[in-house]
Amino acid sequence: MKHVIMAMVQNKSGVLAHVAGMFAARGFNIDSLVVGRTEDPDVSRMTIVAVGDDRVLEQIRKQLEKIVTVVKVRDFQDTSYVERDLMLLRVHAPGEKRSEVVELVNMFRGRVVDVSRKDMMVELSGPEDKLEAFIDLVRPYGIGELARTGVIVMKRGKQAS
Amino acid sequence: MTERTDQAREPAPRRYADMTGAEIFNQMLLEEGVDLMFGFPGGAVIPIFDVLYDSPIRFVLTRHEQGACHMADGYARSTGKTGVVIATSGPGATNLVTGLATANMDSVPLVAFTGQVRSNLIGNDAFQEADMTGITRPITKHNCLVTRVEDLGRTVKEAFYIARTGRPGPVVVDIAVDATVNRPAREPSMEPDLPGYKPRGGGHDRQIRAAAEAINAAERPVLYVGGGVVIAGASDELRALAAKGRIPVTTTLLGLGAFDETDPLALKMLGMHGTAYANYAVQACDCLVAVGARFDDRVTGRLETFAPHAKIIHIDIDPASISKNVVVDIPVVGDAKTILAGMLEFIEPRDRSAWLGRIDEWKRTYPLKYDPDGDIKPQEVVELLGTLTKHDAFVATGVGQHQMWAAQFYGWRRPRQIITSGGLGTMGFGCPAAIGAQFGNPGATVIDIDGDGSFGMTMVEVITAVQHQLPVKFVVLDNDYLGMVRQWQEMFYHKRYSSVSHPCPDLAAVARGFGAEGMRIQDRAELADGLNEALKHDGPIVVDVRVAPEENVYPMVATGKSLDEMDLGKLA
Repeated sequence: MKHVIMAMVQNKSGVLAHVAGMFAARGFNIDSLVVGRTEDPDVSRMTIVAVGDDRVLEQIRKQLEKIVTVVKVRDFQDTSYVERDLMLLRVHAPGEKRSEVVELVNMFRGRVVDVSRKDMMVELSGPEDKLEAFIDLVRPYGIGELARTGVIVMKRGKQAS
Repeated sequence: MTERTDQAREPAPRRYADMTGAEIFNQMLLEEGVDLMFGFPGGAVIPIFDVLYDSPIRFVLTRHEQGACHMADGYARSTGKTGVVIATSGPGATNLVTGLATANMDSVPLVAFTGQVRSNLIGNDAFQEADMTGITRPITKHNCLVTRVEDLGRTVKEAFYIARTGRPGPVVVDIAVDATVNRPAREPSMEPDLPGYKPRGGGHDRQIRAAAEAINAAERPVLYVGGGVVIAGASDELRALAAKGRIPVTTTLLGLGAFDETDPLALKMLGMHGTAYANYAVQACDCLVAVGARFDDRVTGRLETFAPHAKIIHIDIDPASISKNVVVDIPVVGDAKTILAGMLEFIEPRDRSAWLGRIDEWKRTYPLKYDPDGDIKPQEVVELLGTLTKHDAFVATGVGQHQMWAAQFYGWRRPRQIITSGGLGTMGFGCPAAIGAQFGNPGATVIDIDGDGSFGMTMVEVITAVQHQLPVKFVVLDNDYLGMVRQWQEMFYHKRYSSVSHPCPDLAAVARGFGAEGMRIQDRAELADGLNEALKHDGPIVVDVRVAPEENVYPMVATGKSLDEMDLGKLA
């Protein structure tokens, strides 16, 4: 099962190595790990997509909390959240195929950011499954290169009730 | 040794901005109450050693950095204070690695300072450079690199705070040499900055109550007690709880001494080489109360069949220990002393004579024993040491058969008495750890019960004991074998003794060469008098006791077996 975990960490050298090392040493599997700055210059935000059952998730959360430079940990199980993954993708799209690919890009609300005679570069963001669906659809055209940032998430605001 | 002139020292400058990094370092150690540290100098820490020359802090120069780290560990385990060790960059620092991992596995409060090359050289493969924070990250509670003198004082303070609070552990502070030479550009802040570190307090009231009620409802409860009770200083609370609820108590290797083994409720140690009655009791119990223990594989045997009928209560200060190996029914997170005291008022006195009667039957049927004929038996040496020291000595050990015999036969009566590497299983721990314990407890009897394999790894530190005239008794159960591996090869590998023959030199002669007293005992007739004489000797002494070479440790739960599937040995 896939879990999304967020860790607020002190913005110090070695913290990423510590977190990554802990995952490796304890045999936890991760799909992606994203680190970036936040509104607070002293704090970075890590978003980790990990695979495992509930017990594994609980251990991951506790082991993260144990790291001195990790300030706060939250798992997004049973929470409503917005998920985004950003992708750059180079797809083979010579003259005759170009419009078909552009149509797909438009359907997914992506953008064409670079075009050459043989291929084009597409920027697409959204939840992971949307990106996966797009990749599946353009695969027959030939994917030249693909880069993804990994997932970041944010909890939705409280609903009025 | 150099004469120190404490009185003549100039008063410390008042402003940190007027001090060098090394002076700030010394000042912070004094503020932390450090009066003793172990280590070995070298290029990157010379500025620190220059300041230590005038410092009231006593410095113990060892023969090897590993020895220094184990000494700081033995000092910490035997006193409850934080051990301090210092080594230079590169090889000095990497020689601490085994000691740090040892302390980390057993939750020992330790602060290690390592020198680092000049900050502008870091990452350039400079002379004696090693990435110490990278190397020690997985084997410490915390570590950090200091490159700016402005951060040094605060970081030292944080290191001590982290090492001794919560679940204690080793902290490494790696210090670039320029951070010790420079003076701060402005007055630095000494306020700890640890937004992510919140050690746990006393446990949740509702959980404390739930745990007590589960015990009250149980017919056959067992307390399973680990090193956490020793660290928390919770032996009195444990005794009161066991007595009020009539609950038998078994301890892990590190928990030995947390509960007096002469108490009728004592089951001694459980696990792979635990007593048969402790293991049977755990397998039969309907409520297992784990306190400051972590369900180590050497304790549980086959996990799927461990304590199969029990509701499991787990009291631990480390939330990550809970439900890590065994799914726990009632977790209580926090300090064992507060939690046990809190549970006591809810525990109802109950008649558990049926359960205790069953346990007594097991105790009568399956006592710890050995065949006292033939060669000197290692077990009888340990038993004699127990009797001769009235079960009141500090006992350090190495790792292997002798460690298990010490655990089984010494007769533990008080916390902090045993100083042994449980989690990591570090051979060579005993000799330096005993020296550290003697430094921390000058008037006490300190024995290193060692094996010839373990002792050989670090016996060079006997020289340190000689230099400081410490009356440590090193008693080596000498069988010319790496005995535990030999035992496994005998039992599981058709006696194919592969690389376990370990001819031991005449350790008495080696000891005399080091400047210590030496004694070699080969006959049972000499044993009692010899040990007695050794214990009375006012100085370091190595006693080389030649014991039965192929004696085995029993009971034994083989890997992958349940606790009640013990091999009780020939005497069962």
